Amino acid sequence: MGVVLDILSWILLLAGSVLLIIGGIGLIRMPDFYSRIQAAGLTDTLCSILILLGLTLQADSIPLAAKLLFTLVFLLFTGPTAAHALAKAARHDGLEPWRRASGGASSKR
Amino acid sequence: MTRYMFSLTVLLAVVWLLFSGMWTYVIILSLGVASVMVTVWLVGRMNLLGRDSEIFHMLPAALRYWPWLIGQIVLANLQVAGRILKGRDSIDPRIARIRIQQRTHVGRAIMANSITLTPGTVTLKVTEEDIEYYALTPDLVEDLEAGEMNRRARQFEEQLS
Repeated sequence: MGVVLDILSWILLLAGSVLLIIGGIGLIRMPDFYSRIQAAGLTDTLCSILILLGLTLQADSIPLAAKLLFTLVFLLFTGPTAAHALAKAARHDGLEPWRRASGGASSKR
Repeated sequence: MTRYMFSLTVLLAVVWLLFSGMWTYVIILSLGVASVMVTVWLVGRMNLLGRDSEIFHMLPAALRYWPWLIGQIVLANLQVAGRILKGRDSIDPRIARIRIQQRTHVGRAIMANSITLTPGTVTLKVTEEDIEYYALTPDLVEDLEAGEMNRRARQFEEQLS
């Protein structure tokens, strides 16, 4: 039983880490502010779900597991609020999103 | 009123017990009881005791909506991860609007948060009738226009009232 839980938790942790790295790559690779928020969205959502579930399986007491799960719930409630606040502020400030057509002309990385 | 005080007390007590993890020391437990009582009293004094302070009535609706939403989050994550690895040529961002069917504040907040929570789309502006959002690719716009999220968030909202 312990081994099965360990394997399961490692699968979750590793999958979450892979997503975290992809999110980090996206943060560098995406062309503008709005698309970078989407990359950060990966680490906000599935990545934190996987990592916190993986850690929950490693928890040795109910209070510890509960704290990890509550952390997940709070993250899932506050994450979109923060992302929305950022995007709304950018939009309000008149930042135009990167468009495909205009992106071809610019050689800037 | 008594009902809401009772449900809030139960909720706070459960949360306190889970967070503290100290279930045997009488002194610490009594401090927990005191803090729960003070909190309930304060919430009552601020006139916040009411249907909104009670989250239990939201649970059945939430338990129906969340699994579906998490499924959507997983799908969207895989899609966006693929786009990131393929590079900027695979994305075609745009700003779009969707008419929303929710009428209450809670319903609109659920819809707006669900849009933001699925990677690839971010809510930019919420009004009474529609939501303006940024989408990484055109097919994300199509998915939202298909209306599944709109319908389910509406259902969630109906189950609350």
